[in-house]
Amino acid sequence: MAEVSTGSTGSTSGGFEYAPAPESRAVVDIKSSYGLFIGGEFVDPRDGRSFKTISPATEEVLAEVGDASAEDVDLAVQAARRAHTRVWATMPGRERAKYLFRIARILQERSRELAVLESLDNGKPIKESRDVDVPLAAQWFFYYAGWADKLEYAVPGTVAPAPLGVAGQVIPWNFPLLMLAWKIAPALACGNTVVLKPAETTPLSALLFAEICQQAELPAGVVNIVTGAGDTGRALVEHDDVDKVAFTGSTEVGRSIARAVAGTRKKVTLELGGKAANIVFDDAPLDEAIEGIVNGIFFNQGHVCCAGSRLLVQESVAEEVLERLKRRMTTLRVGDPLDKNTDIGAINSATQLAKIRELSEVGEREGAGRWSPPCDLPSHGFWFPPTVFTGVSQAHRIAREEIFGPVLSVLTFRTPDEAVEKANNTPFGLSAGVWSEKGSRILWAAGRLRAGVVWANTFNKFDPASPFGGYQESGYGREGGRHGLEAYLAV
Amino acid sequence: MPSERLLGPSRLDVRKTYKLYVGGAFPRSESGRSYVVEDSAGRFLANAAHASRKDARDAVQAARKAFGGWSTRTPYNRGQVVYRVAEVLEGRRSQLVEEVRSAEGTSRRTAETAVDAAVDRLVWYAGWADKVAQVVGGTNPVAAPYFDFSLPEPTGVVAVLAPPESSLLGLVSVVAPVIVTGNTVVVAASHRRPVPAVTLAEVLATSDVPGGVVNLLTGPLVDTAATLASHMDVNALDLTGAAGDAPEQRAFATELEQFAAENLKRVLRAPEQEPDWTAEPGLERLTAFLETKTVWHPIGS
Repeated sequence: MAEVSTGSTGSTSGGFEYAPAPESRAVVDIKSSYGLFIGGEFVDPRDGRSFKTISPATEEVLAEVGDASAEDVDLAVQAARRAHTRVWATMPGRERAKYLFRIARILQERSRELAVLESLDNGKPIKESRDVDVPLAAQWFFYYAGWADKLEYAVPGTVAPAPLGVAGQVIPWNFPLLMLAWKIAPALACGNTVVLKPAETTPLSALLFAEICQQAELPAGVVNIVTGAGDTGRALVEHDDVDKVAFTGSTEVGRSIARAVAGTRKKVTLELGGKAANIVFDDAPLDEAIEGIVNGIFFNQGHVCCAGSRLLVQESVAEEVLERLKRRMTTLRVGDPLDKNTDIGAINSATQLAKIRELSEVGEREGAGRWSPPCDLPSHGFWFPPTVFTGVSQAHRIAREEIFGPVLSVLTFRTPDEAVEKANNTPFGLSAGVWSEKGSRILWAAGRLRAGVVWANTFNKFDPASPFGGYQESGYGREGGRHGLEAYLAV
Repeated sequence: MPSERLLGPSRLDVRKTYKLYVGGAFPRSESGRSYVVEDSAGRFLANAAHASRKDARDAVQAARKAFGGWSTRTPYNRGQVVYRVAEVLEGRRSQLVEEVRSAEGTSRRTAETAVDAAVDRLVWYAGWADKVAQVVGGTNPVAAPYFDFSLPEPTGVVAVLAPPESSLLGLVSVVAPVIVTGNTVVVAASHRRPVPAVTLAEVLATSDVPGGVVNLLTGPLVDTAATLASHMDVNALDLTGAAGDAPEQRAFATELEQFAAENLKRVLRAPEQEPDWTAEPGLERLTAFLETKTVWHPIGS
C-alpha cells in the first residue's frame, strides 16, 4: 500500500484523537503516460507534447498526459462527426439507452477505483469522492439512459426532437468525473456524439472513463477525450464543425465563449460562477443550519460554483450562530485526501491557492475580521485552512467575488426583506440557501431569490432528476432533469 | 350631420405627434430629433421620434423599475391584462388596418388579416400566462427526502429588436411572449414602419398595462441597438429585427451578440429571414426569456 506522506494533520483537533485511516492506493493502476482518446483508441498527440498531472496533496507527479493541439482537436471532432452520422444518430433510442446503462453499471463496479483516482488527482477527501462524486456520476448515466428512447416526451410541443450533432464540452477541475457525467450522459442520450476536454489539473478520471467506454464497447468516436489546457478548450469551442458547446467554469471564460460563438449556429449552455447567499433566519433549526453552513462552504474545499460563500444571518441569532460555527470548525480535519476521516482535502492547484490567499488578504485589508481554527497544514502540497470573515460589508470584494475556496463571508440582516435584497445584490445567480422551520417563509424567500437553485434546510444537494443552472452571470441553460435534455436537442 | 355643416367639407384634420413610449408616458426624444417616415409609396406620413442612446438607457431604467411589480402579479392577472390589450386593439381595428396598409403597402384585405392575427396572437399568449408553468415546470423525483420542484420565472428586462417588415403582427408577436410571463421589455420598433407601433403604444397605455412594462423606441437601430445589447441592466436580447443573411446584416447581428456576452444576456439570435408571422407560434419565444428555478424543500415529521 502506497501511503501518501501528508499525514492526517487534523488528527488532534476538536479534542478527539483519530488514527490515520487511509484508503489504499493499490486499487487503482495509474499508467505513467496517457494519450488522447480519439475514435475509440488512445493515440499520441500529433506533435508529441504532453504535460504532467500531479497530486495537489503531495505535488508528486501522477502521470504524463497528452497536450492536444488544434490538429488533435480537429481529428477528435472528425471522429465524433463520423460516429454521429454513421452510428449514433441513427441507432434506435432503446439501443443507445443500453449503452448508457452499461456505462452506469461499470461506473458502479469500478467505483472504489474511481474514487481513489479522483481524490489523488483532485485532492478532495475520499469520503466525498466515494459518497458523492462517483455514485452521482453513475446515477447521472442511469437517469439519462432511460431518456434515450423517450425523447418525444422531453420537450413540450416538440414532436420529433433531433440531436444537434457533435458537442464540444469543456469541464472544470472541481468535480472532474461528475461534471463529465453531467455533460456526456444527456448528450449521448439525445443522440449527439462528444469531444470532451477535462481540466488540465484533473484529467485522470476522464481517461479512466475512456477505458470504461471501451469496456462498454461504446462505438468508436461517440466519446472522445482531448486533454490539454486553455488553448485546447479554445480550439474545441471554436471548431467550425461543433454544433453544441457546453462549458462549466469561470464567468470570465464563459464570457469569452459567448463572444466566440456569436454569429454562429452553435447552441450553447454555460454553467459559471456564483456567490451564493446562505440565509439563516432566527427560526432556523440551528444544529442543522450549522452543519449546512459548513457543508455549504467547506464541501470540496469550497471549490464549488454553487458554494454558500455568503452567510446571511439574522441579527438576533448571529452571535450564537457564529460561536457555534467556530466551535464546529475546530473539529474539521484538514489533511490527506485519502484518509477516510478527512473533512477538507487539498486545494486543487498552486494557482488556485494563490487566488484564495490573495482574496483573503484583500478581505483583511478591507477591514473584515479573519478567523481560522488552529490547524497544522502539511508542508508539501497546496493547503488552506477553513476560514471565516466577520464584519463583512456588501461592498467588500470577499462579498462580491467568487473565491472558490474554503472561505466564508458573514453578513447580517434584520428583516426577511433585507435578507432577500442582500442575497440578490450580486451579478451572479446560481444558488441560494434558506434556513427556517417555517414552510411558508421558505417558499416566500425561495420565490424572491434570483437564483437557479434554492436549497431549504440543506445545501449542495444534487440529483440527476433536478435541473441545475444559473440566472444572470452564472450562465444559461440547465443541466439535470428533463430540462437538461433541451440543451442537446434541436427543438 | 350638423357638425359637418358647421365645419364644412374642407375641415383640416388634426395630425398626431408620433412620440416614444417610455415608463407609461409619451416623451419626445431627449435629443429633440425626429425623422421622416414615408408610406410604401414614398409619400410623407409623419415625423417620428428619433430615439437616442440616452432614450434607450431611460427606457431600460423604466423597464427595470416596472419589473418587480409586474413579475410578482399573479399569472391570472397578467393574462387578463394581455387579454385587455387584445380587446383595446380590436377597438382600434380600422385605424390600424389603414396604418398597416400604408406602412406595408399591402391590400386592405391583407392588412385586415394582419391586424386580426395580431389581436388573436395577443389572446393566444394571454392564455399562456397561467399555463406555461404547468407545461415547462414540474416536480423532480429526487432520491432524497425533499419535495423538489422547478418553475419558470421571468428573466428580467428584455431588449427586443422588432421585425422590420411586419409592422404590427410581427411587433405583437415578439412583445406579447416576453411580457406575458412577467418580463418587462424595451422594444425598438421597425425603423421604416413605426406608425402602427406608436398606435400599439397608445393601446398599451389604455389597457391596464403598468407603465414601464413595455417601452417603445422609434428610430434607426444603429443608434439604439448597441446601447441595448451592451447595457448591463438588460438580461436578454431578441435579435429578430436584425434578421437577414446579407454579410453586413450578419456582421451587425454578430456584433450585438458579442456585446450581449459582457453580462451573459440570453440571446435569441437573428434568423436568416424574417419569420412568417401568420404561422402558429410555438413555445420558443416564451421559454427563451424564462429561467428555471429549482427548489429543494425539506420533508420531515
